[in-house]
Amino acid sequence: MSENGNNLISIQDLKVHYKVGGGLFKETKHVKAVDGVSLDIEKGETLGLVGESGCGKSTLGKAILRLTEPTGGKVLYHGKDLAHLKLSQMREHRKNLQMIFQDPYASLNPRMTVGQIIGEPIKTFGLANGRSVEQKVQDLMETVGLSRRFIKRYPHEFSGGQRQRIGIARALAVDPEFIVADEPISALDVSIQAQIMNLMEKLQAEKNLTYLFISHDLRAIRHVSDRVAVMYLGKIVELADAKEVYKEPLMPYTKALISAVPVPDPKIEAKRERIILKGDVPSPINPPRGCHFHTRCPYMIDDCKRIEPQLVEIKSKHYAACIRINSEKPYVEENAKQGLGAIGAGKPD
Amino acid sequence: MSENSNGSILKVNNLKTYFQTEDGVVKAVDGITFELKKGETLGIVGESGSGKSVTNLSVMRLIPEPPGKIVDGDIIFDGLDVRRLSIDEVRNIRGKRIAMIFQDPMTSLNPFLKISTQLMEVTRLHLGHTKEQAYQHAIKMLKTVGIPDAENRVDNYPHEFSGGMRQRVMIAMALSCDPELLIADEPTTALDVTIQAQILELIKDLKARMGTSVILITHDLGVVAGMTDKIIVMYAGKVFEQAPTAELFATPANPYTKGLLKSVPDPAHESGTDLYQIPGLPPDVAHLPPGCPFAPRCERAEEICHRDYPPFVQINENHWSLCHFAKEVYAESLKDEATAPETELEMKVDE
Repeated sequence: MSENGNNLISIQDLKVHYKVGGGLFKETKHVKAVDGVSLDIEKGETLGLVGESGCGKSTLGKAILRLTEPTGGKVLYHGKDLAHLKLSQMREHRKNLQMIFQDPYASLNPRMTVGQIIGEPIKTFGLANGRSVEQKVQDLMETVGLSRRFIKRYPHEFSGGQRQRIGIARALAVDPEFIVADEPISALDVSIQAQIMNLMEKLQAEKNLTYLFISHDLRAIRHVSDRVAVMYLGKIVELADAKEVYKEPLMPYTKALISAVPVPDPKIEAKRERIILKGDVPSPINPPRGCHFHTRCPYMIDDCKRIEPQLVEIKSKHYAACIRINSEKPYVEENAKQGLGAIGAGKPD
Repeated sequence: MSENSNGSILKVNNLKTYFQTEDGVVKAVDGITFELKKGETLGIVGESGSGKSVTNLSVMRLIPEPPGKIVDGDIIFDGLDVRRLSIDEVRNIRGKRIAMIFQDPMTSLNPFLKISTQLMEVTRLHLGHTKEQAYQHAIKMLKTVGIPDAENRVDNYPHEFSGGMRQRVMIAMALSCDPELLIADEPTTALDVTIQAQILELIKDLKARMGTSVILITHDLGVVAGMTDKIIVMYAGKVFEQAPTAELFATPANPYTKGLLKSVPDPAHESGTDLYQIPGLPPDVAHLPPGCPFAPRCERAEEICHRDYPPFVQINENHWSLCHFAKEVYAESLKDEATAPETELEMKVDE
């Protein structure tokens, strides 16, 4: 992908493979949760990462921060490869790289007060001590819209949205540069989702944060992201500006994903033609050969079963991985009508 | 949508279901009235704690007692007064004439029993099927809901199915006895969008084929927009607004509904703009403020809203709103609607 100086994080061919099964008489299998992902995350942007459950999007987020060990590839951050740092060295970087988790109920220690939860990273990294810790915690609480008076309360005394605010305050406590937000709004009520999205955008503007925003909710992704990466079975299959992805998705999978999102407008819903994908996401243990999506794709041809498509730039800054399109002929349905076969980039599987 | 409405299948009148808790009495459902005609689909929308699930558990008489209790109101299902039926009579209706699909397909199936056993149980009990009949019926139902290779899959265990497939099994089970009313409580919330689209399409299709009436409970306004004939918006155990679907979306007459509609990011609109947010938190139903329960979060709340409980205002024949200023809000919506440009979805979906 393009080399430019604005990249905060550059992921190169990152892989996370897990072993499953095995044992004396069993064959060992590999789950390829993340299978050769290359992505650049620019400073100050929000990169949305979207996909169905089991596609590896959370694993990718965790692997960047080394909360899951990558089994291959690189994560470049300020010239250092995070994927191969010693854990002690990695710890220094954790100050700049934080995570917000999906489940605000499970990710806060129920035996610690809010003050302790938010204060812990401040003390760990020695960013303040004594009185000034409490002062800093109170400031952070104010920043995320929690009353200072709550500092002695425990997580169970808060609602889901408030707990997510605590999680955000904890992530902000160390003044990070980059935050992986893994489904930060999925567990929240509709009216609260809007509050958290707005809060995250406000904080981004104030503190010049860079986000990797992981979600299965395309409406939320569209709203918060500058660019969107679509993931399917461990691979990025499409990458473009958020607006572009929605206006002119190139991949059949992205089209189906977008058309599946119900729109809160009965007039549009009545007119809409939906692409209903057949079947479920295949198991990542034995992903289909060739293009992983071929089992559900309406434009599948025999070559799709053999050739693994490569993510290439089809239009300006719009990348897609499909062998039935190329930069001269970017529209799969037209190509299909003309009966064109494999014209795009790919290598035999 | 469906115009074969030859009478009502379910009438709920002033239903009140309260829970006794350490915190005092929680009025989970507090005076709900609605009517569902045969073949109609009703959407019930609300945030967590708004009472949408309790309403439907009450209809099925599934409220755990204690701590819960239906304290007042009538539930008339096809002429039967559900509240006054004996528990045996209720059991005859449940699963047979009224069926329910729950949110979580992972926990609503017994992990120790084969799918066939669980599907057969229903029809043997309610339809008096023999073992063989029930088995064949189970296969037929799995085919109906689109499970491939039903003859073999019927003897699988729940863990061998994916989330979407399990939800299909739940629907197959719910539809086994050809119910007259299907209550679907957040049937797609735990599922991916592509699977959600499959399941919603399936419910639509089955409804068209079998003429089942449906109550669809969800927090997702997008889901109800395409699926329902009319909608009830609930907040703090009350009906805040009730209207035919198209009208509710086009011209809401309640500030809460308006806020909800605005706070959904709409893919058809420009990103980067600040999303509208309803301030504050959903209320603690055990400690409701006097006056309108939404007043503390409402943009246009005036003194009267904090003081007096709002009236349930009738806007037109089928449109009601619980608000002191319902008529004014409705008038604003009408004006907005008249000036709003025709919304188009950006993406062209090709055939």
